[in-house]
Amino acid sequence: MPTTSLPRGVAIIGAGMSKFGAFPEKNSRDLFVEAYKDLLASVEKGFDPRQIESFYLGNFSSDLFEHQAHMAPLLADAVGLTPIPAARVENACASGATALRQGVMAIASGMADAVLVGGAEKMTNLPTADVTDTLAAAADMAFEISAGFTFPGFYAAIATAYMAKYGMKPEHLMNVALKNHENGALNPNAQFGVTIQKWMEGRVAAALKKGKPAPTWQTVMDFLHDDSANPMVAWPLRLFDCSPITDGASALLLVPADRAKDYTDTPIYITGSGQASDSALHDRADLTALPAAQRAAAQAYQMAGVTARDIRIAEVHDCFTIAEVVATEDLGFFAPGEGYRAAEDGVTARDGAKPINTSGGLKSKGHPVGASGVAQAVEVFKQMRGQAGARQVSGDVPLALTHNVGATGSTCLVHIYERKD
Amino acid sequence: MTPDQPSRPFTAASFNQYLAEGKLMASRCEGCGAVHLPPRAICPACHSANLQWQEESDSATLAAFTVIYVAPSAQIALGYGREKPYLSGIVQTPGGQKISARIEGFDPLQPESIHVGAPLQRVSDSPALTYRAVTEA
Repeated sequence: MPTTSLPRGVAIIGAGMSKFGAFPEKNSRDLFVEAYKDLLASVEKGFDPRQIESFYLGNFSSDLFEHQAHMAPLLADAVGLTPIPAARVENACASGATALRQGVMAIASGMADAVLVGGAEKMTNLPTADVTDTLAAAADMAFEISAGFTFPGFYAAIATAYMAKYGMKPEHLMNVALKNHENGALNPNAQFGVTIQKWMEGRVAAALKKGKPAPTWQTVMDFLHDDSANPMVAWPLRLFDCSPITDGASALLLVPADRAKDYTDTPIYITGSGQASDSALHDRADLTALPAAQRAAAQAYQMAGVTARDIRIAEVHDCFTIAEVVATEDLGFFAPGEGYRAAEDGVTARDGAKPINTSGGLKSKGHPVGASGVAQAVEVFKQMRGQAGARQVSGDVPLALTHNVGATGSTCLVHIYERKD
Repeated sequence: MTPDQPSRPFTAASFNQYLAEGKLMASRCEGCGAVHLPPRAICPACHSANLQWQEESDSATLAAFTVIYVAPSAQIALGYGREKPYLSGIVQTPGGQKISARIEGFDPLQPESIHVGAPLQRVSDSPALTYRAVTEA
């Protein structure tokens, strides 16, 4: 497929999100209203919501999580935007970036001059087994789930294939979790915004307070190897290899590039968008890469006229620690089989050569499925404008990338963002 | 299957029906010869819909696996979970096709001793696609 630049430039002029976490008193609507208000407050020169012409919502399964379907008009109404067209798009955990791509196409084609893109998911109403079942519906029920697979199980299987091919050990994956919690600890919107070191110290303090014998962990690696502290979910993946179950919402406001400066002095331009689909995991020749991610990345790089080397920071889909390793290889940041060393070597740390998941990623920030792809764009919007607070990377961020995956890569999207000033 | 019988439709239901009869069946494209496991109704290689069923070997190798501790409700109902973890995996047939399956015959508590590439044999009387480790005599 020839991929040329967008027929009309697209800019993000505002971005917002709710806090991510477990909120028994809030539903998707409440969370989306928070994200929308945060978004409007982020547009420095102000924006009249009556200018918004269209709304695309990423949401995976409000039907099963909340017994509420037809979410897009409900949320449009909640923020006073009816009667504009509103549509929900579902692409499993890639629903958010798919909604963003619909928004990009609406602006680029000239169909609309202001588009609201949202993402929302309310997951914590259900017990864990029901959440596991709901997420499993994103896989092939007839030929994958019938084998007893769960989502942690699929990514664990990818990890075993990767370990066999490249010699990675489970300890390497722990470094990804440690790094993402270091970042998330500096993100006030993160669900688990605490380092694993602090988490461990909290567990020791709690044990002592209860008069129980203090755990004997000397290091975070002792803690992460302890089956009681970090229980196995799907070998070789433990609890701290997995993103959590999360409630949250996120929102972006898109306008044509040539009007962006009416609303802000520092718009962020979307210059590349790629998307691809793929079969079930077992149908792929190589189980250690996601071909749809490679294809989406190639499209986005070509459209933006940049290469992997040019990207300053990236938010990648770390639903599991192994997923971040594979993502950074699929995106061309590291050669196949070399991505697993990056977190250990500090390359992907906030002050490293290629910072990955400065937000804390899905791992620490949380993973409200449909909201995640949009929240990735919220993070790069803030980083590129120097508004990321304590977790702000040093120096300019002229180019950034987001990578959002549905299931085991049956859907992948990559977007590229530029700051031009 | 003899040629004069109408072919079963290329559906998950037919695949499971064959499994219940003890057979692992793939689809084979009459246009380009590609073999699909799980079976398909349209060949993704050449887009032909001219397919035949083909019985697959019962031997395979382990391409990837996991030991699942946090189980879905269907497995919890069978007694699996934190106290009784189980294996799922992706197996590769001698023809190179891969498919997801239940895996038995390994110790789930010794995952480091389970190796990608290990030989497997299909459990032909299982209603779900299941392979068992082949132990050297």
